Amino acid sequence: MAERVRVSTRMPIGHVRTPAYLRGKTGVIERTLGPFPDPERLAYGQEAQKFPLRRVRFTMAEVWGDQAETPDDTLDAEIYEHWLERVE
Amino acid sequence: MPHDHLSPSGHPYRPDQDHPLTYWQQMEIALRELLIEKGVTTAAEIQSQIEAMDARTPANGAAVVARAWTDPSFREALMADASEATRGMGFDIGPMRLIAVENTAEVHNMIVCTLCSCYPRNLLGLPPDWYKSRAYRSRTVREPRKVLAEFGVELPPGTTVRVHDSTADMRYIVIPARPAGTEGLDAAALAALVTRDSMIGTGLPRQP
Repeated sequence: MAERVRVSTRMPIGHVRTPAYLRGKTGVIERTLGPFPDPERLAYGQEAQKFPLRRVRFTMAEVWGDQAETPDDTLDAEIYEHWLERVE
Repeated sequence: MPHDHLSPSGHPYRPDQDHPLTYWQQMEIALRELLIEKGVTTAAEIQSQIEAMDARTPANGAAVVARAWTDPSFREALMADASEATRGMGFDIGPMRLIAVENTAEVHNMIVCTLCSCYPRNLLGLPPDWYKSRAYRSRTVREPRKVLAEFGVELPPGTTVRVHDSTADMRYIVIPARPAGTEGLDAAALAALVTRDSMIGTGLPRQP
């Protein structure tokens, strides 16, 4: 059973690599990559902690609800660990 | 002359750049000149890097795809670690990582970068302008099948579309399905069938 995760809904300013359209959405971890330095600090030349980078797979139904073009199609994105919370 | 702003082919000429430099153009020139003045790099080194960037074309990616179609152990290595497998062919992706996603009878993959214009330049060269457009970036995650239809791609019923948003450290190449009727072709002949768009997922390979 693939691990289910939800993307945080926070909306900080700055160089964030978590697309706004995926915030608050739940998906499953497709694979884990990295660790890679946190781009939110790296972009400003600050010391950056390394985080695992998860490839998270969302269904189009999860991302777009009733407006999904084809509900079972999928959207994969790379999300840093500090943006994810585990879902039971 | 009513139409002297048009070329003989009827298209408008690109206007001369008589406006002052933008802030970022000034910054680029200032930084480049300082790096040369301080001996960090030379104009010749910068030029040779530009030439190396211009020399990268989708033929690199096509060679990777054709080899994946003809060499099962390479295909396996490519799917396991595409950065390493393509580096072995002389295509170094540098600090980025590469993921290969494979089209099958059941799955069609498409690549987009909604945040900017991430693209596997070492394998495909410079991205086409449409890849960087807001329309492609926003619509591909929202209505990928409509986008595919506009590119002339009809998928068989039952195909799942998987869109990959290149949001962070990964770059992606689609390994299209090998066209039917190509059993007798060698890797060089197969590579000629592999288009740029088929490796982005907005097209299919040519038929022999």
